[in-house]
Amino acid sequence: MLDTALAGLVNGSSYALLALGLSLIFGVANVINFAHASVFAVGAMSGWWFSVDLGWPLWTVLLGVMAVTGLLGLVINLVAVTPLAKAPPIAALLSTFAVSVVVDNGAQLVFGPETRRFPALLATDNLGLGGLRFGTLDVTILAVAIGLMLVLGWFLRATRYGRAIRAVAQDRDAAAQMGIPLARVQNLAFVVASVLGGVAGVLGGMYLNNISPTVGSTVGMSAFAAATLGGLGSLPGAVAGGLLLGVVEAFGVSWWGGNARTLITFAVLLLVLWVRPSGLFGKRSPLAAEPMTGTFFGAARTVRLRPWQVAVAAVAAYVVPAVALDDYTVQIGVQVVVYAILALSLTLVSGQAGQISLGQAAPLAIGAYTSALLTTGTGLDFWLSLPISGLVAAVLSVALVSPSWRLRGHYVSIATLATGLLVAAAAVNFDWLTNGPSGVSAIPPPTLFGAPVSAPLAVYFLDLTILLVVLLLVVRLRRSTLGRIWSAIREDEVAARSSGIAAAEYKSLAFGIGGFVAGIGGALFAQQYGYIDPSVFGISVSLLALTIVVLGGLNSPLGAVVGAIVLVGLPEALRMLEETRMLTYGLLLLAVVLFRPQGLMGKVAR
Amino acid sequence: MTVLEVQGLRRSFAGLRAVDGVSFGIDQGEVVSVIGPNGSGKTTALNLVSGVLRPDEGRVLFQGRDVTGLRPERLAEAGLSRTFQNGRVFGNLSVAENVLIGLTPTLRAARPLARWRDIPVLRWLSLLAETAVALVDPPSVRRELAEREAEVESQLDRFGDRLRPRAEAAAHTLSYANRRRTEIARALASGPALLVLDEPTAGMNPVETAEVLEQLLALKAAGQTILLVEHKIDLVMRLSDRVLVLDAGTVIASGPPDEVRNDPRVIEAYLGKRRPAVRP
Repeated sequence: MLDTALAGLVNGSSYALLALGLSLIFGVANVINFAHASVFAVGAMSGWWFSVDLGWPLWTVLLGVMAVTGLLGLVINLVAVTPLAKAPPIAALLSTFAVSVVVDNGAQLVFGPETRRFPALLATDNLGLGGLRFGTLDVTILAVAIGLMLVLGWFLRATRYGRAIRAVAQDRDAAAQMGIPLARVQNLAFVVASVLGGVAGVLGGMYLNNISPTVGSTVGMSAFAAATLGGLGSLPGAVAGGLLLGVVEAFGVSWWGGNARTLITFAVLLLVLWVRPSGLFGKRSPLAAEPMTGTFFGAARTVRLRPWQVAVAAVAAYVVPAVALDDYTVQIGVQVVVYAILALSLTLVSGQAGQISLGQAAPLAIGAYTSALLTTGTGLDFWLSLPISGLVAAVLSVALVSPSWRLRGHYVSIATLATGLLVAAAAVNFDWLTNGPSGVSAIPPPTLFGAPVSAPLAVYFLDLTILLVVLLLVVRLRRSTLGRIWSAIREDEVAARSSGIAAAEYKSLAFGIGGFVAGIGGALFAQQYGYIDPSVFGISVSLLALTIVVLGGLNSPLGAVVGAIVLVGLPEALRMLEETRMLTYGLLLLAVVLFRPQGLMGKVAR
Repeated sequence: MTVLEVQGLRRSFAGLRAVDGVSFGIDQGEVVSVIGPNGSGKTTALNLVSGVLRPDEGRVLFQGRDVTGLRPERLAEAGLSRTFQNGRVFGNLSVAENVLIGLTPTLRAARPLARWRDIPVLRWLSLLAETAVALVDPPSVRRELAEREAEVESQLDRFGDRLRPRAEAAAHTLSYANRRRTEIARALASGPALLVLDEPTAGMNPVETAEVLEQLLALKAAGQTILLVEHKIDLVMRLSDRVLVLDAGTVIASGPPDEVRNDPRVIEAYLGKRRPAVRP
C-alpha cells in the first residue's frame, strides 16, 4: 500500500512540475500549450544524451537540460504563441499542437525512434523506513521537485518579475497599463515553465527507466489531466492535481496492470470535465468567454464551385483512375477518399458548429471496430454493418462529449482530446470485446450483387460513391436553417442562446452527425485493410484529420477533399517515411495557422 | 396585465453582492428603465432576468409563469428578447441572416416536433426530424423561409436606409452603430412580449442616439413593453414610464422620471454626499 502510494507520489511529482508549467502559461498567455508535452520529451532525451553519451553527473545534467528546455520554451512562445496574440484562441491551440508534432518527430529524426534505457544515476533500493523500501533516487526526485516548487513560489511572491507574472495572469490589460512589459513577462513565463518541464523530463526519465522521443505525448497528456484536475491556471491546483493523479494511477496500475494507466488518466480527465470543470482549486467565471473560433475564418469566404465544375470533377474522379492509374495509385486514392470522409465529419463539427475536436479518431475507431466485430463475429452483411457502425459511433461520441457542453472553448477541445485517447485506451484494455492490442483480423470484404468488392478499383468506386453522398449531405446541411443555427452558435454562443437556440442540443447534434459520418468512414477503413488494431487510431489520426480541414479551409467541404488529396495522397505518392510525414504535417499546420488561417479553399474578402 | 414580475432577486460574486434583493414589475406596454452608477448591478440584474445568470435567491415571473433559472433559449422562446451591452452580432453572417436567426423561435416547419425538446432522449427525435427536414428541404420549409425573409426585410426597414443597403454584408464589416441596430432588429424580429435592452446607445454619437430614441418612441407607441438599462439620462427621461435607480445592488428609488430625478438619494448616489458644514 505505502509502496504504491510512494511510487505514485514520485511519479506524480513529474506530473506536478509539468502541470505547474501548463498552468503558469495558461495564466499568463491564456493558451493551452500543447507543446509542453514535447518539452518533457526533449528534457528526457537531452538528459539521456548528457548523462549517457557525455557522461555528465546528475547536477550538470539538470543544469544542461534546464538551459536546453528553457531555450525551447522561448522559441515556442516566439514562433507559435506571440504572433497569434490577436488571433482567436483556436489559432494558438492549433499552432502549439503543431509545434509539439514538429518537436516530437524532429527528436525522432535526431535521436532515432527506438526506446532506450535511462540510467537511474542514483540507487533505487538502498533505503528503508519501517518496512517501506525506497532508494536515494525516490528521495532525490521528491526533493528536487519540492525544492523547485518552493523556489517557484518564492520567485512569484518575492521578486519583481514574479509579481509581474502574477499581475499579467490576473489582468493583462491592467498590467500593461501599469507599464509591465507583457512580451518580456510572457517570454519569462514560457522559459520558467519549460525549465520545470525539462527537469520533469529528467526526473520522469529516471523514474520510468525507459524513454523514447515520443515519451512526452503519454506523460504530457497525464500532465494535462493533472492541470485540469487541479484547475487550469491554479498553481497549488497543479501540484495537488499532479500528485493526486500520480497516486491514483499507481494504485490503478497495481490493480489492473500497466495498460490501464492511460485508461485511468483519461477517464479521470473526462470525469473532472463532466463533474467539476473548474477543477479542485480553479475558479470559474460566471460569464462566458468570447467564442473560440471567433473571426478566425473572418473575412474569409469559401470558394464555391459551379454545378458543372462539380459534375466534371465527380466524373473525372470516377473515370481517371479507371483508365489511367495503376492499382497502387488507386489504393492511395482509396485512402484519400476515406480520410476525406473523416475530414468532412470535422468540417461539420469544427467548421460549421465551431467546436474544435482533437479526437475525431474516436468515432472512426468505434465505427471500424463495430463493423469489424459485426462482420467477423456475427457474420453480419457489410451493408447492414455500415449504418450500424455510423449509429454506434454517433451515439457513443455524443454520450462521451456532450456532458462537456456546459463548457466552452479550450475545455471542449480538451474533452474531445480525452475522448479520442480514452477510446484508443479502451480498445487496448477491453480484450473481451476488442481482442486487445492484437486487434481484429480477417475482416471480410463487402459484397455487391454476390461478388466481393476487393479489387482496388472496386473498393475505390464504392468509397468514392459514399464520399459523394457524404459531401452532398454536408453541403445541404450547411445551406439549411440547421446550418445557419450552427453558424450562429459558432459565432457567438451567448447571443445564439438569447435568440432562442438551444446551443447544447445543436452541438450534440453536430457531434452526432459528425460521429455518424466518421463511423461510416471507420467501417470503410476496416473493410479496406481487412485488419485493425488500437494503434491505428492514435492521436496522429485525429491530428491528420484536423490538419486536413485546417489546410483545406475549416469551413469548406471542398477544402476537406482538397486537404485529403494534399496531405494523404501526396506523401503516399512520394513514399515519405512516417517520421518525415508527421514532421511535414506539423510544419504545414503551423504554416497554415500563421500565414493562411482561412485555408487553401478560403478566399480573403478584401 | 403584468408582463414581468421580479421578487427579491439576489446574486453574489465571490462575496460581493452584485444584486441584493431587487424587486420590481413591468406592465403591458410600459417602458421601465434601470439606471444607477457604474457597478451598481444593472447588467447583472438584466442577466438574471434574461436567464444568462442564475439568481442565488428570488423569483422571476414572466407573463405569470415562474421562469427563475430557466435557460436563456427557453426564455427567448417564451417571448423575452434581449440585446447585450457590448453588442453581440454573428460576425460572419450577413445582416439579413443575423435577423433571420432572431426569428428562430417562430420557425415551425423547419423545426418539427419542437415540443419534445424538453424531454431527455426523446428530444433526439425532434433533432433528427430537423436534420431530415434540412436535408430534404420540402416545399413547406421553403415557403416558411420565404415568409421569414420577407419579415426580415420589414424589420430592416425599421432602420430606414441604415441597414437595408447592407443586408447582404457580413456583420463584422458594419460600423459600431449599425451592429447595435442589427442586434436590436434581431431581438425585435420574433415579436417579443418583453424587449430587454442593455445600453442600446453605448458608444453612439448624439445624432445616432437621437435616432435610436425616435425608433424606441415609435416602438413604445406601438405598444412594445421594454426594460431598458441606459446611462444617457435624457433618453431615459423622455422614454420611460417609470425609472428604477440601483445603487450597490439595491433599488434606492423608483417612480416616474421627474420624481426620481429630484430624489435626494438618487442625487447622492450619483454625485456623492454633501459634507456636513464645518463649524468655525
